[in-house]
Amino acid sequence: MATYHLSVNSKPVTVDADADTPLLWVLRDHLNLVGTKFGCGVAACGACTVHLDGTAVRSCSFPVNAVGTTKVTTIEGLSKDGDHPVQAAWSEVDVAQCGYCQAGQIMAAAALLKRIPNPTDADIDANMTNICRCGTHTRIRKAIHLAAAKRGGVKK
Amino acid sequence: METVSRRSFLKVTSIASASALVLGFDLFNTAEAGVLDTIFAPNAYITINTAGLVTLMAPNPEIGQGIKTSLPMILAEELNVKWDSVYVEMASLDPKYGSQTAGGSGAIRGRFAPIRNAGATARMMLITAAAQQWGVKEEDCYADDGFVIHKPTGKKAGYGELVTKAATLPVPTDVKLKDPKDFKIIGTRVHNIDNQKIITGKPLYGIDTRRPGMLFALVSRPPAFGKVYKSFDDTETRKVAGVKNVVAANGVVAVLATSTWAAKKGRDVLKVVWEDSALLENSADHENTFTTMVNTPTAAPARNDGDVDTAFASGGKVLEATYSVPNLSHANMEPINFFADVKDGKAELYGPTQVPLSMRNAVAKALNIAPENVSIGMPRQGGGFGRKLHPDNGVEAALISAAAKAPVQLMWTREDDIQGDFYRPASMTKYKAVISADNQLLGWHANSVVLSSGGALMGRGFPAAAIPNFRLDMQNLKSNIPTGPWRGPTANAAAFGDESFLDEIALEMKKDPVALRLELLNLAKTKPVGQTGYDIDKFKSVIDLVVEMSKWGKDPQKNVFQGFAAYYSFSTYVAQVAEVTVVNGTPRVSKVYCAVNCGRVVNLSGAENQVQGAIVDGLSHALFSKITFEKGAAVQKNFNTYKFLHMQDAPIDVVVQFVKTEDAPTGLGEPGLPPIAPAVANAIFKATGKRYRKLPFDLANKSKDNA
Repeated sequence: MATYHLSVNSKPVTVDADADTPLLWVLRDHLNLVGTKFGCGVAACGACTVHLDGTAVRSCSFPVNAVGTTKVTTIEGLSKDGDHPVQAAWSEVDVAQCGYCQAGQIMAAAALLKRIPNPTDADIDANMTNICRCGTHTRIRKAIHLAAAKRGGVKK
Repeated sequence: METVSRRSFLKVTSIASASALVLGFDLFNTAEAGVLDTIFAPNAYITINTAGLVTLMAPNPEIGQGIKTSLPMILAEELNVKWDSVYVEMASLDPKYGSQTAGGSGAIRGRFAPIRNAGATARMMLITAAAQQWGVKEEDCYADDGFVIHKPTGKKAGYGELVTKAATLPVPTDVKLKDPKDFKIIGTRVHNIDNQKIITGKPLYGIDTRRPGMLFALVSRPPAFGKVYKSFDDTETRKVAGVKNVVAANGVVAVLATSTWAAKKGRDVLKVVWEDSALLENSADHENTFTTMVNTPTAAPARNDGDVDTAFASGGKVLEATYSVPNLSHANMEPINFFADVKDGKAELYGPTQVPLSMRNAVAKALNIAPENVSIGMPRQGGGFGRKLHPDNGVEAALISAAAKAPVQLMWTREDDIQGDFYRPASMTKYKAVISADNQLLGWHANSVVLSSGGALMGRGFPAAAIPNFRLDMQNLKSNIPTGPWRGPTANAAAFGDESFLDEIALEMKKDPVALRLELLNLAKTKPVGQTGYDIDKFKSVIDLVVEMSKWGKDPQKNVFQGFAAYYSFSTYVAQVAEVTVVNGTPRVSKVYCAVNCGRVVNLSGAENQVQGAIVDGLSHALFSKITFEKGAAVQKNFNTYKFLHMQDAPIDVVVQFVKTEDAPTGLGEPGLPPIAPAVANAIFKATGKRYRKLPFDLANKSKDNA
């Protein structure tokens, strides 16, 4: 057991946890930030996607002792009022069915748009690898294009 | 969780009395409920307080099928209130809500009429209250957007001003429903009621439950079907920091800890002895036995029109093909879980289930207490697909809570889930058809064998009734592998074989596959043979629509290959055209057109989403997913080996249209799925000349023989 000082959603937090504890369980069980979801535990589905310094990371397979001084952002901290362009697009396109994977999808999409502001369909194919068991993929694609437009991008 | 959202809601709406929202809600303490006589609650579904706040109950489990949005929409429609003004609340299990089940695509089908009635009852009572309050004639008053209006004078009153009076009135028995042409909500695009909570990561799901003193429970369960628990040694487990208890209950061993990770680490070092109790089976053996069985007709065919043997011996062209599908896991994105707190002869349960009533009875039986002492709360659920038709998760949580004497959050890891499921049964069907010298489909014989329970053929489905000699044999192979309902049971296997084989027949007859089906439907109408289990005009309505949408057979684009399939299930007709393009030698499904006749559509956005999703879901499993067993254990353990499609294999677009009809709504959670596998198989054949008769297609594996 060790003590970790982390920055989560722009707030300093202190956590006592085993070094190998995945960031996912630190968020969910220690910090009660349950928006980040458990799906597989082997970084295969992306339900647990968070940002470390703005880059998408699958938190189920990322130990807390590797977080260091990087800034952790979860779905709860993506925007103040749920109005990040990706969140707004998700709402407008009415993407969710069961909704369970969507926090991870939104975090993956937000990180994608940071790197590629106007993704083509091929860019989306190559970069969105989260699983959705309900099959909302066509709406996710639409929502990413819409979010790109909302961020001021020009659709290719 | 509900308590939190309720309280914050009360705060933002500044309601003086908390009494408004509480009928039948067991988490909320009755003392706080306050003055119930200020509320108008003409039935279990609707509550209106003096401030005019309308609360509509969502009675059925929400598993992603959209029922938490669509049933309250129907209430709001008949109540004549603005959708944006209502508060929707998930019901707990209570007999006053009738059948609270999510399964068989049945909730809208079964509840459309009674729920309309419930909404209309409240509207009529509010109109009566206004008329009495104003001393005017009822027939001069009407309701609109939360107000009752006196037509001659234009005088109006909000529902909140009328509830005190309305609450004193008798509930009318002769209720007048709205004329559908006046619908303002039903048939429109309404967004998922929980969208804002979903996109901001609010606690919504069973797995998000957190209670004071709660322990996280992970369970060590039999590593194979055919093995049972014998004993355990928890010496090392109890040394793990955070582990509080280890208990054996219900044939499994639970590690309880203060965090999920501590429970996981404790379970990793738990030593459990399992012993063999039954044969440890292999899928390869199942397949060998299937191959023998499909070649052996049964003594009692499920259907036997005409005489297939004579037809096959008539000298016509005989076609034979064997189709098979694998076992599938449900693999809901939200892993199996349940919260249980068992104490003082009572049990509080909260978690994902499609059958809360069965859950309550099963928990009561397992704990040996009366069902009245078990409460079942229903969070939003991360998928269903049939998995939660079994109440095993809640029973397990309850037994662990009872044994550990603590509130517990039970969670299955993904490996637990995929390896400990009951499965969509693997099946194999041998098809045989004969085409007469004058190019008519003279005979059809399908002989199916299904692992454990369930079916792979529909006795009265198309093309039954259209073919003079038609025989179906249906067999099961007894097995220790548990199987059961999985989205579109029976239909998901039957459609693949039936609709692919019809494509093979059309090719042999040198007929367009759509034209052949229309020809057969005409025969079923004019010269039906035996029972017809489908409506021919409705079947045609979706075929005609998808032909128009997809420009079937017209102006083919370069490198775009179309495949067609249609299927009727859960009272809904679906026809699909899948378009395949070949990219670097590998086929990709680029676009799907889908026509649906499901009666009146309640929520256009939700309905379209269900169908788009069912198509992608069906495609995902057709392309990648299978569970095989070796020595009784599932070989696939997690999403790295039990595969789902990623964006790169999903269609760029899925275009859905609904046949315009005034018919009552039918099922929609399942019927979109069955036709996609054969539609894609038929398109791939057009594109590559290769006929895929075995799921999954596994297209990247060029060496594999799927024929």
